[in-house]
Amino acid sequence: MRVLSTRRLRALRKALLGVVGLAGFLVVWQLIPTLGLINSQYLPYVTDVAARLFEESLDLAFWRRLGSTMTSWAIGLAVATFAAVVLGTIVGLVPFLRRATHTMVEFLRPIPSVALIPLAVLMFGIQMQAALVIIIYASFWQVFVQVIYGVADVDAVARDTARSFGLTRREQLTHLVLPTALPYLMTGLRLAAAVALILAITAEMVIGNPGLGRMIELSRSAGDSVGLYAFVVVTGLLGLAVNLVFRFVERRTLSWHQSVRGEEAR
Amino acid sequence: MTTHPERIAVTRRKPGVGSRIAASFGYALGLPMLLLVIWGLVATRSTSRFFPDPLTIFEAFVDTWVGPAFVEDVLPSLYRLGLGITASIVIGIAAGTVIGLLQWLRELLEPLLEFFRAIPPPVLIPVVMLLLGITDTMKVVVIVSGAIWPILLNTIEGVRATDSVMKETADSFQITWWERLWFLVLPAASPRIMAGVRQGLSVALILMVISEMFASSAGLGYRIAYFQRNYLIAEMWSGILLLGLVGVFLAVVFGLVERRVLRWYHGIREVNRV
Repeated sequence: MRVLSTRRLRALRKALLGVVGLAGFLVVWQLIPTLGLINSQYLPYVTDVAARLFEESLDLAFWRRLGSTMTSWAIGLAVATFAAVVLGTIVGLVPFLRRATHTMVEFLRPIPSVALIPLAVLMFGIQMQAALVIIIYASFWQVFVQVIYGVADVDAVARDTARSFGLTRREQLTHLVLPTALPYLMTGLRLAAAVALILAITAEMVIGNPGLGRMIELSRSAGDSVGLYAFVVVTGLLGLAVNLVFRFVERRTLSWHQSVRGEEAR
Repeated sequence: MTTHPERIAVTRRKPGVGSRIAASFGYALGLPMLLLVIWGLVATRSTSRFFPDPLTIFEAFVDTWVGPAFVEDVLPSLYRLGLGITASIVIGIAAGTVIGLLQWLRELLEPLLEFFRAIPPPVLIPVVMLLLGITDTMKVVVIVSGAIWPILLNTIEGVRATDSVMKETADSFQITWWERLWFLVLPAASPRIMAGVRQGLSVALILMVISEMFASSAGLGYRIAYFQRNYLIAEMWSGILLLGLVGVFLAVVFGLVERRVLRWYHGIREVNRV
């Protein structure tokens, strides 16, 4: 009973401190243009930005743009994850393939996917496909590399144990490889989700296919700083939502794993 | 009786040094070569103008980037990139250690940091442009403003998640605060920190390219966008190739540093594996 109450107290304190931090940040933001440290043309008042956010949230066009950003995000992430899990498992389990593809992967992976933007524009023009090329390329490697690591990371003792217990190949895959690789896969998925969002919005900014990124670019070129900040806040909230959802999924699927259990024991 | 284990212990004769080197070369270059050849064949057969064959791209690469363009476009880009990365790593690790060690500060800043990390870094380019104008400082600030978050948050997480047994051991040995930081906290956090730096590097490279595509009249990103707008296809590919090389170079340097910093960590894993 007492343990529970101290834990609840600590959670309350944490939430309270978080709110204080957030409020402090907003107050500082409001004070900077008020005191004239930065011209309000370059850093608008928080209150103006908040009002604009509210205004936008009543506008259907805003939600449509949000929808098109999230659509390209979701398609890109799904395609990349599926391809990466299938290929990663195969390559990770076969030492020959792992060695043969190593140079290729090490060369292709660090290529910044934004370098492919010009190519994507040439191939598809100002459309969602151009954005998808970039999103898929970037998020594929995040998952692929993690899956390869994960599949190869099977503990030697566990593997020997499994072998001496006579587990079949299929059983080894589900009872040994999958649990080992799952934390890696979830990490890869969480990273890929964030990267896919970054590139979905970047593509809209640079290529100009409809979505939130395009609105940011339009507000910038129109000199509408309030709108610019409002859309930046929206993308931040969107990124936060994506992170929270994927972290929640990660915790749920890895509730048995040390990294999650250790945290809860505290 | 005595001969039995010996017969089992006999290992296969190892292949000679020469053939082993040949094998690793084959593994390293086989697939890339194969793909290049396929690309070349497909490119000569197909009618698409967007995929020139590798030799044309290579020629364009030499013509475009070897010479004054290297000094005018490539070096300044790399300089800004290096500056941005260094600043992100230094600030990220220093601030991350402090925040990670102080629980109240961590709880105070956590929601804010989560929010800033979640902002897709390229959207900061217009904001920083608005605040600082189109300058070189702006490009470095853009790189730092995006690359710092993974480093900072991973450092916080790594510092926080120090193994509890080790922490209690350190407590009972009563080591000083500095010793604790240097011998326990930072090494324990270093795998996380290095993972953060790896993410930060790729974000930094993205931001270097995008900030130049957006607001510049020189630099790698600007050049590539320029080639595309003018339908200089082979030159554009050569730019993509060069960016790839920069990415590979960063990854190689990072790999060397990581191996050195995390030697103990990989050592432990190796021992466990054997």
